[in-house]
Amino acid sequence: MSNELQKFSDPGLPEHIHRKADTDPAAAKKAERQVAILFGLSAIGTILLIGSYIFVKPNKFVFLPVMGDTNVQQALLGVGLAMSTFFIGMAAVHWGKTLMDDREVVAERHEFRSPDSDRADFVATVKEQGAMAGLGRRTLIKRSMGVALGLVGLSPLVLLRDIGPLPKKQLETTSWKAGTRLVTDPGDRPIKPADLEVGAVAQVLPELIPGTERTLENVGKDAVLLIRLRPEDFNLNAQRLSWTHDGIIAFSKICSHMGCAVALYEQQTKHLLCPCHQSTFDVTRAAKVIFGPAARPLPQLALTLDTDGYLVAKQPFTEPVGPSFWERSS
Amino acid sequence: MSNKERVAGNVAGYVDDRTGAAKWLKKNLTKVFPDHWSFMLGEIALYSFIILLLSGVFLTFWFVPSQQDVIYTGSYAPLSNVPMSAAYASTLHISFDIRGGLLMRQIHHWAALLFMAAIVVHLLRVFFTGAFRKPREFNWLIGVGLVTLGIVEGFLGYSLPDDLLSGTGIRIAEAILQAIPVVGSYLAFFAFGGAFPGHVFIPRIFMVHILLLPGIFLALITIHLMLVWYQKHTQYPGPGRTEKNVVGYPLMPVYMAKAGGFFFIVFGITAFLGAVASINPIWLYGPYTPGQISAGSQPDWYMGWLDGLVRMSPPIETHAFGHTISWNILIPGLILPGILFTGMALYPFIESWITGDKREHHLLDRPRNVPNRTALGVMSLTFIMISLINGGNDIIATHFHLTINDIMWFTRIGLFTLPPIAFVITKRICLSLQRADRDLVLHGKESGRLVMMANGEFVEIHEPISAEKAWTLTQHEQPEALALGEADSNGIPAATGLKAKLRARISQANAEQIQAATETEAKELEGGHH
Repeated sequence: MSNELQKFSDPGLPEHIHRKADTDPAAAKKAERQVAILFGLSAIGTILLIGSYIFVKPNKFVFLPVMGDTNVQQALLGVGLAMSTFFIGMAAVHWGKTLMDDREVVAERHEFRSPDSDRADFVATVKEQGAMAGLGRRTLIKRSMGVALGLVGLSPLVLLRDIGPLPKKQLETTSWKAGTRLVTDPGDRPIKPADLEVGAVAQVLPELIPGTERTLENVGKDAVLLIRLRPEDFNLNAQRLSWTHDGIIAFSKICSHMGCAVALYEQQTKHLLCPCHQSTFDVTRAAKVIFGPAARPLPQLALTLDTDGYLVAKQPFTEPVGPSFWERSS
Repeated sequence: MSNKERVAGNVAGYVDDRTGAAKWLKKNLTKVFPDHWSFMLGEIALYSFIILLLSGVFLTFWFVPSQQDVIYTGSYAPLSNVPMSAAYASTLHISFDIRGGLLMRQIHHWAALLFMAAIVVHLLRVFFTGAFRKPREFNWLIGVGLVTLGIVEGFLGYSLPDDLLSGTGIRIAEAILQAIPVVGSYLAFFAFGGAFPGHVFIPRIFMVHILLLPGIFLALITIHLMLVWYQKHTQYPGPGRTEKNVVGYPLMPVYMAKAGGFFFIVFGITAFLGAVASINPIWLYGPYTPGQISAGSQPDWYMGWLDGLVRMSPPIETHAFGHTISWNILIPGLILPGILFTGMALYPFIESWITGDKREHHLLDRPRNVPNRTALGVMSLTFIMISLINGGNDIIATHFHLTINDIMWFTRIGLFTLPPIAFVITKRICLSLQRADRDLVLHGKESGRLVMMANGEFVEIHEPISAEKAWTLTQHEQPEALALGEADSNGIPAATGLKAKLRARISQANAEQIQAATETEAKELEGGHH
C-alpha cells in the first residue's frame, strides 16, 4: 500500500435533519394522537383478555382454515394478550421515534487498561498483603490446607453416590427365559402360529409371571417384533433358521443404534425401519443392517412352541438388546 | 416547586441518603447507545428469556414433575382412562383444563425457539462484524456458554411433558450417555437412577430446567450485560464515529422508550404465535412407552443439526478386548460438536494471534472487508445447514418424493465438499463487493440517465457520492501480510517453525484485499475526466 495516496478524511457527524414533528406543531399533535391510539388499542386487548377469560366457554372449539380445530377461549386470550402487550410496545417506540429528541449524542471512550503505575501498585499490594498471610513461609499450613480443601471437594462426589445403582448386568439381561410365552401388547394374550397371517407383524412382550407388574424398564428391554413371512423368503444360516417357526421370526424391537422402537415394517421389501435415524434392517437376513447408522443387527429371539401350541422363547436373547455400551463384549 | 416534584425529590433523597446512587444514576441515565437494527438481535434474546421466565413460572403452578403412574381422567376424551405418568397427565391438564394454560405452554415453547434463534443470529452478527475482538473476548466466551446451555435447556424443557416424542428424545440422550467409553453405563444408571426410563429422571431434569440452568443463565446474562454497559457498545463505522467515541441516543428517554417498547413488541408477537400457531401438540403423541414411537420423529430445530450428524454417521463400532466403542454415536454426538464449540470459543484468540492485532476495537467491521473471517463463518454455517437438512431427511424425503438414501449420500458428501466451496465463493463475493465499493467511490453511482454525446456516443451520467458515504466505504484498515523471518545476510534462514509458517500463510491470505479507494485517486480521476 502506497503511503503517497491520501485517504479520504472523516467529514464528521452529518448535520442534524429535523423531523416534521420537531418543527410543525400540527405534526407533533398528530404523532401524539397516534401514540394515544396505540395505547388505547392495548387497553382494548386487555379488555378482550378479561372478557374471554370470564365469558367464553373453555371447551368451545371452532375450525379455522390453516389452524385447524382451535380452542376459542385459548385463541382469544392469546390475541388479547398479544394486543395488550404489542401495542404498548408500538406506542412507546412510536413516541420515542417521533416526539423524543432525536439528536445524536457523542460520548468519549477511554482505554480500559490501567496506567502502568496502577498496575505496579496492584502487584505490590497483592504481594504485600499476601505476605501478611505468610503462606510462603508456613509450609505446614499450606500443605495441610491443600489436603483439607481437596478432601472437602471430594465430599459432594461421595454424597452423590446414591444418585443411582451400579449397572451390574442389567444392560445385558431381559425378562425372556427359555419357555417364556409371547403375549400380545396390548392385551397380554398368548399367541398361536395360526393367529398370524403371512405378512403380519405384531408387537409382543414376555408373559408376566403372576404377581408381578410390567414396568417401563421391562418394556424398554423386552419389546419384541413378531413377523411372519413365507418360510422360503428367509435367507438365514441353519442356526438362525432353527430359531424361526414356520415362517415366524422374532427380533428385539429396541434399536441396536440408540434404543428407539424399530416400529416401521415395510411388507413389500421386508425391511424394518427405525424412525429416529432411519437404520434399516432386512428381516429375511436376520435383521442385517442395510442402511443407516446402526452397526449391529437387531438381536433375534429363538422361537418354538410349548405343549399347548403357543409360541414361546426357546432360550433367552443370546446378546444384549438395545444400544451399545462399554462393557458389551460383541 | 410543584407538589409532584417535591414528592419525587423526597423519594430520591431518601434513596440517595442510603445508597449514594444519585451520582451513578445521573451518569448512567445519559449513557449513550448507538442505533442499528442488528443491535436488536441480542435484545430479542434477552426479552424472550424474560418471557420464558414469566410463562415458565405460570406452568410450574400446575405441572407435576413426576413419573408416577396415573390413570387419565381429564377432559381430553381420546386419552380417557389411559395409564400415563403424572407429568404427562398434568401437561394435558394444563392444555385442556386451565384457562390460558395451552396459551402459556405455546408461548413458552415459541419463546424458547425464538430465544435460541435470536441467540444464534446475534452470535452471527457479532462474529461477522468482528465485535468479539479485544476488549470483548470475555463476552464472546459467555455467549458461547449461553448458546451451549440454551441447547441443553431447550432439550430438557421439551422432554418434561413425558409424551411419546420427547421420551424418544430422552432415550437417545441416554444412548449417548451410555456410549461414553469406560464410564458410560455408570453415568446412564446414575442419571436415570437405574435402568431406563426409571422414575426419577423427569423430577431431576425439572429441577435442572427450572432452577439450576435458569440460575446460571441469569448470572451469565447479568455479566454479559454489565460488560456491554461498562465497555460501551460497539458501533458501525461512519462519519463522526471513531474508535474513541460512541455516537447514539441517551438511555433516558429515547432508549428506555425504544428498548422497553421493544420488549412489549416481542412479547406481543410471541403471545400472538402462542394464540394462533399450534406447537408441540403433545396430546396427539400419547404417553411415553419405550416400545412405541411415532413416525417422523424430529427434535426442535436447534438440536436438528446434531440429529442430522447422527443420522448420516457411518455404522462403525469397535469391538475389542471384550469392550465396545460406538463411533457412530461418539463422533456425531460428542466429538464433532465438541470440536465445533471449542473452535468457536477460541476463535477471537486464534484471530488475534494470526493478525498480531492486540489493540482495542470499538468500530465494527463491514463483513466484506474481512473476507477470510466472513468466508469461515459462511463455511461453518454451511456445515451446520447440511447437517440440519439431514436431520429432517425423513420429512424432506416424503415431501419432495426423494429417497432417504439420496439425501443421506448428498449430505454425507456435501458435509465435506460444500463448506470449502462456500468458503471460496464467499471470499470471492467479499472481494467483488470491495471492488464495487472502490468503483462507487471513484466513479460515483449510476444515475440511470443516458446522455448522447455530440459524436453520437451514449454515456451514463455517474453522480458523485457524498463525502460521508465515501468515508464510510474507505475508512477501514487493510491488513498487510506479516513477514515471515527472511534469510539473514549469511543466508541462514530465520527460525521458522510450522506454527510460524502457518501464521504467515494465513496472514498472507488475509492481506488479499482490493485496495480501498483514496482521495488522491478520486482527485486524479476528476482531473482527467473533465
